[in-house]
Amino acid sequence: MGLVDRGRMPGAIEKLMNLGRSYSMWVYQWGLACCAIEMGAAFASPRYDVMRLGVIPLPASPRQADLVVVSGTVTDKMAPAVLRLYDQMPEPKYVISMGSCANCGGPYWDSYSVTKGVDQLIPVDIYVPGCPPRPEALLEGIVLLQQRIKHEDMAAKWRGETTEPLRREPIVVGGGNVA
Amino acid sequence: MTDLSERQQLSYIAGQAADARLNVELETEGMTLNIGPQHPATHGTLRIIVRLDGEQVVWAEPSCGYMHRGYEKLTEVRTYPQVTTLVNRIDWLGSFANEVPFILAAEKLMEIEAPPRAQWIRTILFELSRIANISLFLGDLGVQLGAVTPAFFAFRDREHVLNLIESVTGGRFHPNFDRIGGLKDDLPKGFVDETRRVMRKMRTYCDEIDDLLIGNEIFQARTRGVGIIPKDVALQYGLSGANLRASGVDWDLRRDQVVPMAWDDVDFKVWTHPDGDSFARCWVRLQETREATKIVDQLLDGLPAGPVMAKVPRIIKVPAGEAWVSTENPLGEMGYYVVSKGDLGPFRVKIRSASFNNISVAPWVLRGVYVPDVITILASLYFILGDIDR
Repeated sequence: MGLVDRGRMPGAIEKLMNLGRSYSMWVYQWGLACCAIEMGAAFASPRYDVMRLGVIPLPASPRQADLVVVSGTVTDKMAPAVLRLYDQMPEPKYVISMGSCANCGGPYWDSYSVTKGVDQLIPVDIYVPGCPPRPEALLEGIVLLQQRIKHEDMAAKWRGETTEPLRREPIVVGGGNVA
Repeated sequence: MTDLSERQQLSYIAGQAADARLNVELETEGMTLNIGPQHPATHGTLRIIVRLDGEQVVWAEPSCGYMHRGYEKLTEVRTYPQVTTLVNRIDWLGSFANEVPFILAAEKLMEIEAPPRAQWIRTILFELSRIANISLFLGDLGVQLGAVTPAFFAFRDREHVLNLIESVTGGRFHPNFDRIGGLKDDLPKGFVDETRRVMRKMRTYCDEIDDLLIGNEIFQARTRGVGIIPKDVALQYGLSGANLRASGVDWDLRRDQVVPMAWDDVDFKVWTHPDGDSFARCWVRLQETREATKIVDQLLDGLPAGPVMAKVPRIIKVPAGEAWVSTENPLGEMGYYVVSKGDLGPFRVKIRSASFNNISVAPWVLRGVYVPDVITILASLYFILGDIDR
């Protein structure tokens, strides 16, 4: 993709490709704790049906995934595995932190074994608050992520510039900002 | 091996002999396979290390702790009403059932008892969370065997039960509805009729799963005679719940012990299965779901009137003492040993969760099976990672 990362792509084509990317996101099956069941309800249940949003919750390998939903408590023992799975994902990649545990530790804020926030490990694009969030909240997070992808500068994303931590403000579903 | 039929014993011996012959004919090299901690076929983050000889497991060891969140230590720095918020999340599929034994233990120490209506509503919610829990197990079981369809059925019909729980408690997953001395609130209007409708629906769901999965020839071929846990081994490893009943032990805490809940007032059958294989465990759980819908129906018929909250002090201080209460949770026996020193919060809480004991039999039962059966056996043992690691 030499044209893309040099930033010489016509705007119309960039928009078209962004549109395509936003509606063909492959979500890695990554269940950690309670939120994984709500994520399962959002992904596999006929009532919520995430595929109508153009999200394909099928890949069982991180190497095929564009998006990962960190659904649940990340413990200190699990943290190296989380980091390793994230590193295996190809660029461009996005992270949704689902639930209070992944956001900040949640009810385990004073536990000795829980990592207080997955954003200490990997950069997070969308925070979905709740314990656990309803499936609708996760779908809202995915819609917000799609809107962000549509307005993305592909050249910078392809060069990996925007995957640095603190690169830009993450979105919080339901308003609010990250302290 | 003692409780198996002669046919089963013969087939087991024949299988062993065939394997021995194969190993002589084909020299195979040992290999260590690591399943997890993140694997689509595990419920959460269990890691299993298996040593293989060819395709046969010679040694297996589950590695726990990837979901250890330190419940027992956290309960020491919470007050009694706050603890229910935490223990909800141990077995996240049947959350309400986790609160009940803890609340009962605290009530036992305070020597108060919830009013009858509260006990009945507790039992209704308990059984509803059992249905929500096991119905997802039945759907997920298909996924583990490569059939995705039952999972859609499970998620479709589970929503109805979650809606019921939400209408009462305000939470789909983690109700945190139980209080020391009763419940936070009474049932909402129209709950009884709606619940009856949903229970009919869940029985239809059980029939569907019976046709689609349990009666399926491929499913039976994959599970019958696989992962046999004899009665004595099941008792030695401290299995409980459906895993124990599938090994032919007629043991159900709902029937066998007296707790201030409404199970004594309803009539239900405790299903057991003599085989002890993966199929038996799935079959017993299916029957239990059916039985739970009938229990809920009976409880709705005889729901007593009255208050849902006993008289308790505004600030709850539990007198010094020790209490142990366990109940028959969806996964098996779950109990809390609460030690109080008369403070606002417990001094120490020991949590006995069912999955930890259920998974401890894995090294025994996985020895000698083939790799595809590892997933089947683990799926049929049915564990929740939060319940193992706590």
